[in-house]
Amino acid sequence: MTDATTAAADVRELPPSETAGHAGLGTAGEVLVRSILPLVLAVGTGAIILAAIGVDPIQYYKDIWSGGVEFAAWQDSAMRTAPLLLIAVGLIVVFKAGIWNLGMDGQFLIAAAVIAGVGPRLEHHLPNAINLILLFLIAGAVGAAWTIPPALLKARYELNEIITTLMMSFIGINLAGILVKGTFQDPTTTTPQTRSFDFSALLPTIPGTESVSRRWPGIHIGLLVALAAAVVVWYLMSRTSFGLRLGVLGASLRSARHMGLDVPRLIVVSFLLSGMFVGFAAATEILGVKGYVRADWNPAFGLWVVPLVFLARLNALAVIPYVVLLSLVSIGGDFAAQNAGLTSKFTLLLVGLTLLFMALTEWIVRRVELGGSYLPGAAARRARGGE
Amino acid sequence: MSQLLLASGAFSTAGLTALVSGAILVCVPLLFASLGELVSERGGVLNIGLEGMMLMGAYAGFVAAYHGGNEWLGFGAGMLAGAGVSLVMVLFCVRWGLDQIVVGIAITLTCEGATALIFESEFAQSRPSLGAIDKVAIPGLADLPVVGGKGESNGSIFTQPLVVYLGLGLTVVVAWMLRRTHAGLNVRAAGDAPGALDAAGVSVFATRSWAVLFAGAMAGLGGAFLSIAVVGGFQDTIIGGRGFIAIVFAMLARGRPLWILAGSFMFGLSLSFADWAQAFGIININTDYFLMLPFVVILLVLVLFGRRAYLPAALALPYERGSR
Repeated sequence: MTDATTAAADVRELPPSETAGHAGLGTAGEVLVRSILPLVLAVGTGAIILAAIGVDPIQYYKDIWSGGVEFAAWQDSAMRTAPLLLIAVGLIVVFKAGIWNLGMDGQFLIAAAVIAGVGPRLEHHLPNAINLILLFLIAGAVGAAWTIPPALLKARYELNEIITTLMMSFIGINLAGILVKGTFQDPTTTTPQTRSFDFSALLPTIPGTESVSRRWPGIHIGLLVALAAAVVVWYLMSRTSFGLRLGVLGASLRSARHMGLDVPRLIVVSFLLSGMFVGFAAATEILGVKGYVRADWNPAFGLWVVPLVFLARLNALAVIPYVVLLSLVSIGGDFAAQNAGLTSKFTLLLVGLTLLFMALTEWIVRRVELGGSYLPGAAARRARGGE
Repeated sequence: MSQLLLASGAFSTAGLTALVSGAILVCVPLLFASLGELVSERGGVLNIGLEGMMLMGAYAGFVAAYHGGNEWLGFGAGMLAGAGVSLVMVLFCVRWGLDQIVVGIAITLTCEGATALIFESEFAQSRPSLGAIDKVAIPGLADLPVVGGKGESNGSIFTQPLVVYLGLGLTVVVAWMLRRTHAGLNVRAAGDAPGALDAAGVSVFATRSWAVLFAGAMAGLGGAFLSIAVVGGFQDTIIGGRGFIAIVFAMLARGRPLWILAGSFMFGLSLSFADWAQAFGIININTDYFLMLPFVVILLVLVLFGRRAYLPAALALPYERGSR
């Protein structure tokens, strides 16, 4: 009973900055400060670090641009957008509910390994279109299944999902390796990898993106799937009662209980949706770009996307430009690193710095009472801070 | 029959020593890192940046040991680097009350990028390695048969680098401090009831800051142990998720350091068993099974005997003076 009454008090006593909003800089200024400033600061700090180790930062950033955009590179960047956007969308569904699914990498790899193993065996038995749809669904189901233990443990025993999703992630990564080296091993090679898809069995390209004369390989339709998923999730989160429920749960668990929401069910459903989108992400990467899985392959896209999701403030449409930018930087970053004789991990540095500066901006903005917040439930958590 | 003869080597002194020594090598970095994480969590700060702090410690430790030519310089530098990185956490999360998980992920990503970049630019051509470090034998125990003894090439399991003994001692000290001393009580109060601690006249900020700095230093030491004593060099993948494993262990230990010791040793044994079984041709199993075995067991235990996690009440919640 005390639970319910304090929950009501929680909602009533939100800090004025959260409800009144926009006191300081106005909407345009707010967007500018919150969305652009962290990126600018991160790029600037990255340049200083590059200069410190004796690399010309301007040349490096130029290389990122040319390696990510020029000639056919923009198509690689566009294709990289597909898995990143799908993971981002999957994260939005759980973060909105205040759930920390940090097991994306495990969900991604296990889904990738399963479809890469199953796919080449299905290849000639079914029409290609049905085959691809089936593989997408399998990937989604495997990704979702991988979130079931954390979801149930959180829903039933309130066991912290950070522990359980991380554990499932380790299990998923290792199990994917075992499957690739064992059951799904390509019998024609000693390299630990699955059989490759026939080129014709991969995702078809979007009409008009393929051009022999300009040496464009074409962009696979996984990108459209990702964009559609972003629209669907945006609609789900902002225009339906389901999204509102998740938002309430994310803002305050006790408020959600007080309102009579079926909290365990919400937890399980958002977990499953999140895992499904991560599984789809794996499907676009395997069926669209890679065509096979090697045992040591782990792109570890999961953590990259986390800052973007917050920069976009959990809005599935607003996250798209950020994802495009990250794809460009990650594709172009490989080229720039090669040119400068460095590791491509500079991209990670940029992403991490963006996240740090985002947190810093959050603090500054809070000080000038700009209102709004990147983070789910931050207001409620602040209100409960002293208990 | 030949299989059996080959296998008999596994149970020789050298075989068993290799098994346990391998387990200890895997266990110690995890032990340090999760010990730090445990103190930080008891103080109410969830430190997801542990992986980054370990990486920074591994790199700083490697550089100091390489240039200084002394492993203790390396361990010291690793602790300093880890603590230095955790200053960000102190500032952002303890002082300013920003989201601990976001800042933690940021720290991990930044350190991953930074160490790889700096290592690449400094040591791209040379990729130097460090020599073996001194080991200290415990008088008496080191001479025991079966698990070691004089004249064995691998030495005894009681012949380990001095830091290993320090780690074991530290586990007991931390357990005792958390349970029996005033400082430990303060740390626990900072995690369970920061308001009460504040009312008692003890600074929540200071208590949490020290806990986070301790976590950073321990993670750095764990990383430095990996680069100096285990690998003898640095690679950007050297930590390989151990920071996250340490977070899991710290949370599962429910605040009791001795459980961490047991957990990380079992984890080490599981990995070492795979190498050992392979080396002596007993079974030829993919090491991936043993990497995931501990987590499968833990998950099964959690599902079967599902119980609520006993985490500090104010974990991951920033403390704001005067707020309810």
